[in-house]
Amino acid sequence: MEQYTLNIIVVGLSFALYVGIAIWARAGSTSEFYAAGRGVHPVVNGMATAADWMSAASFISMAGLLAFGGYQTSLFLMGWTGGYVLLALLLAPYLRKFGKYTVPEFVGDRFYSKAARIVAVICLLAASITYVIGQMKGVGVAFSGFLNISYSTGLWIGAGIVAVYAVLGGMKGITYTQVAQYVVLIFAYTIPAIFISLQLTGNFLPQLGLFGTHLESGQPLLAKLDEVVTQLGFNQYTAHTTSTLNMVLYTASLMIGTAGLPHVIVRFFTVPRVADARWSAGWALVFIAILYTTAPAVGAMARLNFITTVYPGGDITQPLELEARPNWMKNWEATGLLAIEDKNGDGKIEFTADEATNEVTKLDRDIMVLANPEIAGLPGWVIALVVAGGLAAALSTAAGLLMAISSAVSHDLIKGVFNPNISEKSELMAARVSMLVAIVIATILGLNPPGFAAQVVALAFGIAAASLFPVILLGIFSKRINKQGAIAGMLAGLISTLLYIFAYKGWFFIPGTAFAETPVFGISPEAFGAVGAIINFIVAFVVSNATEETPAEIQELVESIRVPKGAGAATGH
Amino acid sequence: MADKSSSNAYWKANIRLIQVCLVIWALVSFGFGIILRPMLMGINVGGADLGFWFAQQGSILVFLVLIFFYAWRMNQLDREHGVEE
Repeated sequence: MEQYTLNIIVVGLSFALYVGIAIWARAGSTSEFYAAGRGVHPVVNGMATAADWMSAASFISMAGLLAFGGYQTSLFLMGWTGGYVLLALLLAPYLRKFGKYTVPEFVGDRFYSKAARIVAVICLLAASITYVIGQMKGVGVAFSGFLNISYSTGLWIGAGIVAVYAVLGGMKGITYTQVAQYVVLIFAYTIPAIFISLQLTGNFLPQLGLFGTHLESGQPLLAKLDEVVTQLGFNQYTAHTTSTLNMVLYTASLMIGTAGLPHVIVRFFTVPRVADARWSAGWALVFIAILYTTAPAVGAMARLNFITTVYPGGDITQPLELEARPNWMKNWEATGLLAIEDKNGDGKIEFTADEATNEVTKLDRDIMVLANPEIAGLPGWVIALVVAGGLAAALSTAAGLLMAISSAVSHDLIKGVFNPNISEKSELMAARVSMLVAIVIATILGLNPPGFAAQVVALAFGIAAASLFPVILLGIFSKRINKQGAIAGMLAGLISTLLYIFAYKGWFFIPGTAFAETPVFGISPEAFGAVGAIINFIVAFVVSNATEETPAEIQELVESIRVPKGAGAATGH
Repeated sequence: MADKSSSNAYWKANIRLIQVCLVIWALVSFGFGIILRPMLMGINVGGADLGFWFAQQGSILVFLVLIFFYAWRMNQLDREHGVEE
């Protein structure tokens, strides 16, 4: 059977499965729409959280960045898992005890101010919309690859499907759909990894294969990879060649951002008990770790396989004949995400670190995971499964984010601040309109994304880290922080981080409007979130100490958040 | 609501536990994985070094242990101080 037909069948079946489960689960659960996860076992809830959390950045993009970035890209692995420790220890149990449904609601109540709530909504929108741009990039790559069309056409088709999927609603609230999405995406990720690990190292577990022996050469896999890439003039795979300060800040930014992203935090608002909030962060990380410990093996092995495709047998004096290049290369060339140019006209493909002679002139990192099974020559059904997995990851997260955006606009902004008497029907309308607007903005900006999917998503984490995390943390652990401090802190963190990002990535990510080039102290825009968070902390402290004491009832509220006793069901809708 | 003195002792114990966990959290990621990696270069792990292993595998495994340990210990503390749900 043609690969194309197989892709459509497998993707179609997976979509039918999600819709089927949604319809089946929906019948008895509409009333529990907002309370996703109540009465669901923490393990099942953890699985659903993992699907919600792992996006196109984790599934499609990360291993490709690892493949070409080597050791320094480990910051994605540590950053996107380490944040769960912060979440479990510093936020989740207390926010559950607080018992409301949205992050701006917490900020508004704790800092006794509608203005604080509005600022929190703005922070949420800035982080979430940036995040959706990253998802759209992933969706565009997946659709262009599997339908053999250009990236921009793939992006618009993907946007249409995300719009239908999210606006019709319901999907997000139904835990079991997300469980199905998790199962599809984790199989799609690990099955090719196991095959490839067996081929290259004979090890069944990719986590062990990465540190195992390369069968063909008898050397350790990573030593072999280091040898091959340095022969071609690239940096050693395992060497640290970038700034340590930047790597530390980048990692910190992703960790803090994880704990500050509203669509992740809300999952812990609605678990049945405070103790469950602590456990479910752990279970979520278990399911995330399965993918995150596999990803570095996928990255290293993909890099090695790609090089041995271009240089069959690993002999760097014998590049691949242009005419003999495999089909997967031709397919990806059609999307515009891979480009090969025979510069010296010798009919062969040279892949080197030298700009002047390198003939793989464009190699989008985001195609690596999707192309990986084809590069390794795995069976057609595995290739189709990976496409379905990538789409599951991107769609589940995009839907979750759009839900967070629409609830911030309709529930926090319109109902909470401007028009408390709005009818339920108009509230729903506002929610859907804001979703559509967010999709259109994200798609237009996704046509020229400010980086690979994982990098764009990293920017979103920086924004969340600099704006929301510090005030939520201070709101729980310090009684002294008052509304002036919180508002000033959020604004200082948000504005400083956005300015730094726009300076290097262009105003509102519009290409050609960037005005800075060399990063200050080598701190990349993706890493600035950690600095923004520090600014936020300092400003909040200084301003709070210079202004009024927090009111007594707020101090009592903080006391009550700190102990689990007396936690009722979540309220607020 | 528990009486003030008991919940204060509870809060102090919680803060201590958080501090210990976060020190370990930072040590395995920012420490072994990045800043202290040059010091671990001599310890070979399958073609790379211990710092590389911590950056790509070890830190994630330690994070998991930390979260489950904290949840288990806090649920114990809740009961000891009589503030459980």
